[in-house]
Amino acid sequence: MGFLTGSTLACLADSCFEAMMKEGRVRREIREKEISSCSIFGAMNRDGERFTGEGITRAIANMHVRGNGLGGGFAAYGIYPQYQDYYALHMMFTGGNRQVKREAKDKFEAFLCANFDLVYDEEIPHDDEVRVMDPPLIWRYFVAPNKKGDEARLSDDDYVVGKSMWVNTQIENACVFSSGKNMGIFKGVGFPEEISEYFMLDRLYRGHIWTAHGRFPTNSQAWWGGAHPFGLLDWTVVHNGEISSYGTNRRYLEMYGYKCTLFTDTEVITYAVDLLMRRQKLPIELVSKVLSPPVWKSIDRMDGKSRKLLTALRMVYAPLLLNGPFTIIVANQREMIGLTDRIRLRPLTAATRGEMLYLSSEEASIRLISPDLDQVWTPNGGEPVVGELSERGCQ
Amino acid sequence: MEAQLIDCGTAQPAFNWGKSWRVGEVEIDAAGMPSKELNNLLRNCMLDGTRHFLLKNVCGQRYIGTRLVGPTKSLDIEIMGTPGNDLGAFLSGHRIMVHGNVQDGVGNTMDDGEIIVRGRAGDVLGMSIRGGKIFVKDDVGYRTALHMKEYMDKRPALVIGGTSQDFLGEYMAGGIVILLGLGGKPHLANYIGTGMHGGVIYLRGNIMPSQLGQEVEISPLDEEDRAILDRYVGEFLDRFPDIGMSKEEILEGNMIKISPISKRPYGKIYAY
Repeated sequence: MGFLTGSTLACLADSCFEAMMKEGRVRREIREKEISSCSIFGAMNRDGERFTGEGITRAIANMHVRGNGLGGGFAAYGIYPQYQDYYALHMMFTGGNRQVKREAKDKFEAFLCANFDLVYDEEIPHDDEVRVMDPPLIWRYFVAPNKKGDEARLSDDDYVVGKSMWVNTQIENACVFSSGKNMGIFKGVGFPEEISEYFMLDRLYRGHIWTAHGRFPTNSQAWWGGAHPFGLLDWTVVHNGEISSYGTNRRYLEMYGYKCTLFTDTEVITYAVDLLMRRQKLPIELVSKVLSPPVWKSIDRMDGKSRKLLTALRMVYAPLLLNGPFTIIVANQREMIGLTDRIRLRPLTAATRGEMLYLSSEEASIRLISPDLDQVWTPNGGEPVVGELSERGCQ
Repeated sequence: MEAQLIDCGTAQPAFNWGKSWRVGEVEIDAAGMPSKELNNLLRNCMLDGTRHFLLKNVCGQRYIGTRLVGPTKSLDIEIMGTPGNDLGAFLSGHRIMVHGNVQDGVGNTMDDGEIIVRGRAGDVLGMSIRGGKIFVKDDVGYRTALHMKEYMDKRPALVIGGTSQDFLGEYMAGGIVILLGLGGKPHLANYIGTGMHGGVIYLRGNIMPSQLGQEVEISPLDEEDRAILDRYVGEFLDRFPDIGMSKEEILEGNMIKISPISKRPYGKIYAY
């Protein structure tokens, strides 16, 4: 519209007006608009007691209208105690028909056997009665790294990250979507309650942390790998919002070997959290200030020490600032963390009941599964809500 | 109108007032009911003469109270549970009482009537409200009174018992916001009145100048302000008599008046 001058615009307006007068009043068709947004939910027992996915399924289903059936998923921690020393790789093999999926699986397994010791594998149980769109072949492998040569110097975690990145970029139609120990991601295209039924989360698994997501994709396509949660090792992220700094964040993370392959902005958050928390060992209080820093005006008002620290963080980690509206729930084996952007442009409600911590897009979903709560609050923008396992929970 | 039993779904009369229960009270068990169905039910019952609703087991249903435009402006709607977003959106008259907390967007573009919350509220309470009153017993979240306005002889009012989070009164164009700070928590909100160009905020307690947006200033209270506070604090206490403080005790506290410096704060931004 840059080349239109005022007078051209006026002419256009005139001709439209004339046409309108000729044909009478033009009825403008307004498409019925879906007013929606993602839903996220997290539940944690800080004493480490495990519970089924039944409650969290009801909670996320109560926010059905926030999604549109193009993605739903769950992360569950503590579900594989019998294999807790092994990495649980959840794999998707996609493709137009069973043959293509099988080929991807064969290629992956050849790679797997060359790089890992396989302890146990099986197709992830699912209920075929539940109608979901175009499900891939979904398999799980419990493995131990088999490091050779130069790679023997890598930590197990770094080795698994490297191999996962390799699979996701080099093996067509194969996708590692969960790679932690004693935890797993279950996700796909559908409403979250359908995905939960599909994987029978209400009866097959018990975990001490569950997070869930109902998706309303805005900027990216809907496919099974693009559903939330996103995971790397035992870190997972569910996200409501959009990251307008995706390009900057992605380029920065690529310098550290992270390859973004899933066509969605949430992926960068997962890698940023892995880089800052696992590899650089920053505490969550600082990580939240990297991802969601205070504005310069607020930093200027701080006392000397805080001002210096916050200034340094903003300078050093400028490319990891997440710009745009977001709420995320990040989890690992010992923690569940809720965080919004610094001016809280997406909702998050936190609540506690005894040893339970709940994080949700809406309070009603928490009340549905826990009517009486000790505390309910609206977390401040950019300030993390952190649930940590108690000493009892760690044992 | 001929008496006929209307299809009210799961609505059951709580009292049988005379021959036609529709004139009386209706109790609705909203458990598992989708928003649309619940709101249709309210509207149908209203059109058939119901004037008092008791909604039980409300859990996340949205837009309750919207579309209740019809023969009356004085429905009484009591809600047990946690209503969903945009409670009382476009509300035009009536009184909604919530026995519990509410979520985001309560009173969105409300036109008339009253919402009473016996708990806390989420974000954007009273967004674009242009008439009516909202009373919240406890705290409120972000962006309360966002673009609140006045319209002809309507002057909406929000009275909040506790405190607020950031961006209180952002782009506010009219109306009255009163923050009583009764819970004992300090007012920590930042960016109060950012872009504000009409209306007034009264805040009981203390704040730092740095908590204010650039478009507002603090000024002393005059007689008119005192009269407004006297009226609305009185109405607040009528609705929450269990607060445990008298009107005099509340009004004795330090009151700050926040109002816009200009009616057109951005008038010069695009002028060369």
